Amino acid sequence: MHLFEARGVTKRFGGLTALHAVDFAVDRGISSIIGPNGAGKTTLFNIFTGLYSADEGTVTFRDRSILGRRPDQITALGICRTFQNIRLFANMTAIENVLVGMNSRIALGLWDVLSHSPGFRRTETAVAARALALLERVGLQANANDVARNLPYGDRRRLELARALASEPALLLLDEPTAGMTQGEAGALMRLLRGLVADLGLAIILIEHNMRVVMEVSDWVTVLDHGERIAEGAPREVQENPRVIEAYLGTRSPGRRRA
Amino acid sequence: MIQSLLAVALTGVSAFAVAVYPRSVLVFLLFQGSILFAYRARIPDWLRWSLLAAALLVLMPAIGYYNGYYLEVATQVGIFVALALGLNIVVGLAGLLDLGYVAFFAVGAYSWAIVGSPHANVIFGGESFPLAGGWFYLFLLVGLGVAALTGVLLGLPVLRLHGDYLAVVTLGFGEVIRVLANNLDKPINFTNGPKGITPISRPPTPLGLPYGEYFYFLALLIVIVVVLVNRRLENSHIGRAWEAIREDELAARAMGVPLVRMKLMAFACGASFAGIMGVLFSAKQIFINPESFTFLESIGVLAMVILGGMGSIPGAILGATVVTVLNLQVLKGFSLWLNELKNAGVTVLGYSLADLPTQFEPAKYERMVFGIILVLMMIYRPQGIFPARRRQREMTQ
Repeated sequence: MHLFEARGVTKRFGGLTALHAVDFAVDRGISSIIGPNGAGKTTLFNIFTGLYSADEGTVTFRDRSILGRRPDQITALGICRTFQNIRLFANMTAIENVLVGMNSRIALGLWDVLSHSPGFRRTETAVAARALALLERVGLQANANDVARNLPYGDRRRLELARALASEPALLLLDEPTAGMTQGEAGALMRLLRGLVADLGLAIILIEHNMRVVMEVSDWVTVLDHGERIAEGAPREVQENPRVIEAYLGTRSPGRRRA
Repeated sequence: MIQSLLAVALTGVSAFAVAVYPRSVLVFLLFQGSILFAYRARIPDWLRWSLLAAALLVLMPAIGYYNGYYLEVATQVGIFVALALGLNIVVGLAGLLDLGYVAFFAVGAYSWAIVGSPHANVIFGGESFPLAGGWFYLFLLVGLGVAALTGVLLGLPVLRLHGDYLAVVTLGFGEVIRVLANNLDKPINFTNGPKGITPISRPPTPLGLPYGEYFYFLALLIVIVVVLVNRRLENSHIGRAWEAIREDELAARAMGVPLVRMKLMAFACGASFAGIMGVLFSAKQIFINPESFTFLESIGVLAMVILGGMGSIPGAILGATVVTVLNLQVLKGFSLWLNELKNAGVTVLGYSLADLPTQFEPAKYERMVFGIILVLMMIYRPQGIFPARRRQREMTQ
């Protein structure tokens, strides 16, 4: 039994088959999904987090099917994500963003809020402290009360990570977390992710285009092309796989060479 | 220090002036202004709150003794403040544009009007209605509950809708409720149609308080509760979830916000405030008919929220006050004054005011003046008078 396992996941948009019978499994550590643009990587994430439904296949997390569950239920089960094109709550402060991420861990009803019950007071203090700790973890403790959209780009990426961590996930899905970052920033983020895996026992799935990052940090790499899994394995094996090289660089056509 | 003295003096003098000149609208406006000043001035908090308490709990009822109409205005302001605060949750916090909000007010009003009047005998038969006035207190809660339920019923079919589409459906919903009230006199006479329901029972007042004062205090009490509820919701995980939905629905879902529950809760909370005020309204008016619940009322409440500043509690309060006072007092007062000049035969630059056609009466320009104010606000201060922190950020990007 794997922590997270997808089997034969197929997704069609009209006549286009975005994903075709994709298998995927994660237990611990960092797994990367790579592939050319349009390979179906983000579609896979959207299925894993309940934003899309799959046409065929099964997806299980801790032996429970997550297909057909709502996004918030999946988050409550312990899967959370970030987005390729940062989707913070732009007009809320950094700490408020993180607090929203904790929503699925707050078991209070309307009455607790209206009566300010002891449970409410305890919870509010606890979540505020935890939100600050998470901001500190990603290095944004000084920006807790800054409005999200005023933060520099790299900080926004890290805030999104903190917000995702707020739901106490066992599996974290990161969609191009280093996009737009300098090599130095990307390196720092990867050290952060490594630390999270070591301290919290998190499993992480990365979608990444930055090959240096992928090869350095991944325990396992899966390659998608045109909605199909064409290779998987340790970074080194995948790098040398002829099908992968072909997908990325194309094939040499003898005819064209002559011309 | 100067501001403290000024605030105390302004409140005291203006209240005294109202007692001396009970018919001058200007003096009453000054009194209202002094309340606003006390709220905004840089003075110690204990002084601020004692001034506001004195003005609202002692001076205002005392003013009502000299001019009962002012108390009526204050009660109306209270009713609309609660409506604006309710709509503020739906539109300001959760970002769900609702153009049929007054429907919930109607539902609350009819829930007491039907059983609190002999009309219920027509529906249920027998002679057991109207219910005794004491039931009114229970029906404050019943009206709240029925309105909240109606809010959920409206919420369910519109869960998938956003923006313009949501606005159109809620607009339709508001009209459906009004048309129902208008036509449900056949085959079973529930609402007595356009003729309306009367007489509606009033509760016995404690301490032999006159009804003017009684409804003023009750409206004030409900407003205080509503403000408290609003604040507590805003500063909780529920309020944060609503704001997250407004900012980015998809991200909110992915971060664990249960979208359906939160949206329905926003509709229900917003509607419940209108419901409880509807019950009070029907008892205060003794008579209600569908005319009180038109689309323009919904737009009016929305304008209060926008004018004050969406998502802001002080904004909704101020917006409701400004619009209500403008409607009930400023232009009407101006018309009255002009009429007095006419009757006195005053001439301006050789033109006798008595020849002025009645079409030029300022009270007839109510909607136009209101419209111009809204247009100017949207151009020069789109975030509203007292913008919420967050809205201010949106507008200054």
